[in-house]
Amino acid sequence: MAVLVVGEHDGTALKAASLSAIAAAGKIGGGVAVLVAGSGCEKVAQSAAKVAGVDRVLHADDAIYAHPLAENIAKLVVSVASEFSHLFAGADSFGKNVMPRIAALLDVAQVSDIVAIEGPKQFVRPIYAGNALQTVEATDRKIVVTVRGTAFEPAGGEGGTAKIETVASAGDAGLSSYSGAALSRSERPELTSARVVVSGGRGMQSGENFQLLEKLADKLGGAVGASRAAVDAGYVPNDYQVGQTGKIVAPDLYLAVGISGAIQHLAGMKDSKVIVAINKDEEAPIFQVADYGIVGDLFQLVPELTQALDESA
Amino acid sequence: MKVLVAVKRVIDANVKVRVKADNSGVELTNVKMAMNPFCEIAVEEALRLREAGKANEVVAVSLGGAASQETIRTALAMGADRGIHVQTDIELQPLGVAKLLKAVIEKEQPGLVILGKQAIDDDSNQTGQMLAGLLGWPQATFASKVKTEGQGAEVTREVDGGLETIRIKLPAVVTTDLRLNEPRYASLPNIMKAKKKPIEALTPGALGVDPSPRLKILKVVEPPKRQAGIKVKTVQELVDKLRNEAKVI
Ligand SMILES: Cc1cc2nc3c(=O)[nH]c(=O)nc-3n(C[C@H](O)[C@H](O)[C@H](O)COP(=O)(O)OP(=O)(O)OC[C@H]3O[C@@H](n4cnc5c(N)ncnc54)[C@H](O)[C@@H]3O)c2cc1C
Ligand SMILES: Nc1ncnc2c1ncn2[C@@H]1O[C@H](COP(=O)(O)O)[C@@H](O)[C@H]1O
Repeated sequence: MAVLVVGEHDGTALKAASLSAIAAAGKIGGGVAVLVAGSGCEKVAQSAAKVAGVDRVLHADDAIYAHPLAENIAKLVVSVASEFSHLFAGADSFGKNVMPRIAALLDVAQVSDIVAIEGPKQFVRPIYAGNALQTVEATDRKIVVTVRGTAFEPAGGEGGTAKIETVASAGDAGLSSYSGAALSRSERPELTSARVVVSGGRGMQSGENFQLLEKLADKLGGAVGASRAAVDAGYVPNDYQVGQTGKIVAPDLYLAVGISGAIQHLAGMKDSKVIVAINKDEEAPIFQVADYGIVGDLFQLVPELTQALDESA
Repeated sequence: MKVLVAVKRVIDANVKVRVKADNSGVELTNVKMAMNPFCEIAVEEALRLREAGKANEVVAVSLGGAASQETIRTALAMGADRGIHVQTDIELQPLGVAKLLKAVIEKEQPGLVILGKQAIDDDSNQTGQMLAGLLGWPQATFASKVKTEGQGAEVTREVDGGLETIRIKLPAVVTTDLRLNEPRYASLPNIMKAKKKPIEALTPGALGVDPSPRLKILKVVEPPKRQAGIKVKTVQELVDKLRNEAKVI
């Protein structure tokens, strides 16, 4: 009963979502292999071999894997799947894209976005924007799972001594090709793994005003996030969205600024350790989940807070 | 080109969902239902393709009990040309849905199939990807822009790092993200017109598909509740609490 983790990487190392999936895979108890597919990605394979809990690294190198197109990755995973009882990946935009395709090709169900493992076939997952937790038992001979990163501490990057095996490319499915990307560039930590997240909502009124949050985030070494309303209004790019249909975060400190606290937003941040809400409406639902709330105008309070951190630092 | 959209009936996004006392699921009786918001976006995109002259017919498909017909009527009122209802009362899961949709697609031969990226009830985010896999078609998930051109399409996708653009061959499966479009409301005359549009009734048996569930639902419980905290009066007090009480800064 070994688990294959379908790894995602940035050309140098596995992403945090894969490290969380490795940690979850370790709980199944039959050994963990990681698939590293890419173009010229030996470095990733080498660093994956050092990750705690990994016994094997399957390394597939081919120009067609330069970008992880679902059709090609699925074909590759299916070609190596026979040895494994479970296939895991992070529940991020990579895992959500490729894993269901793999499950369908294997004629098995997928269990999405697990937050706990109750047994080799039993998993807990949130449904209805986290308003309910469902425990399911998979009945298929192979089990495909995506793992919610915030629920499993990422496996450490040192200590492992896995062996690296080369696997053959499965070839180009010839269905799709990559044509480009417009990625958000930021010196700040990644939203999903930051220790502090400062998020803004419709109350921010404009993209420029997000600079107030950036200054505050920089003071705290944090990342900047947003509600759907702020993304829809074009204040910030789509990858800032926290929530049921955006990113799931669980930092030590989450500051919700000018965010009302709709259930779809709470779904993405209510597992944060400490929540702070800044809102001018004392009835805003965000206060029902906030550890510390402050009622008032964000345009006054945020600069004040940034300055107070300066003075007391 | 024919465009097929899959529309799911779900609990309305504004309803506060309650877990049943016997932990078998969530309360569905006397609860407001609606078309899954991502499916509305799918219907809208199909209609825009037709209005731009890129498509000539929009077919809305829903799977489930008799009430799913209401969701098809909503799609017809938005402007879809006809509906297909695959009637079944068994619990449907994404793999079963994908298999049923595949059978419908083999009959209908659309050039493009659009689904929502996620149903806001089960939050699975699987069906479109599974369908594409079963058909051996390309998939463009989490789409925020779709441009069809000849035998292919260029699709911009919302990914964790920002936006990514891929080219796919047609026929293909596209799943919608929030920024793809803003769905229209059905006008009253169109709601009236929709009543006369045809809905074909099918069954899993007639399609030769076994959509039995593969995941056994053992229980459904409420998540642990977060306690509301306190309100502070000043920024100074907030900084003090964060530093000395919560110890997070
Ligand atoms: C299918 C679907 C999926 C969704 N997915 C997500 C998701 O993933 N993430 C998400 O966030 N939402 C999501 N939503 C949207 C969600 O339902 C809410 O509409 C959204 O979260 C509201 O954003 P907001 O709080 O910024 O805006 P609003 O609800 O408009 O709240 C703005 C808040 O700012 C406060 N405010 C205004 N001015 C000031 C000021 N000067 N100082 C202080 N406070 C001020 C107001 O009091 C108010 O509380 C989804 C909805 C649907 C239907
Ligand atoms: N019963 C259904 N009837 C029609 N479409 C469905 C059904 N279930 C899922 N879908 C489609 O699949 C998408 C994703 O659903 P899911 O994979 O369950 O999150 C939905 O937005 C619909 O487009």
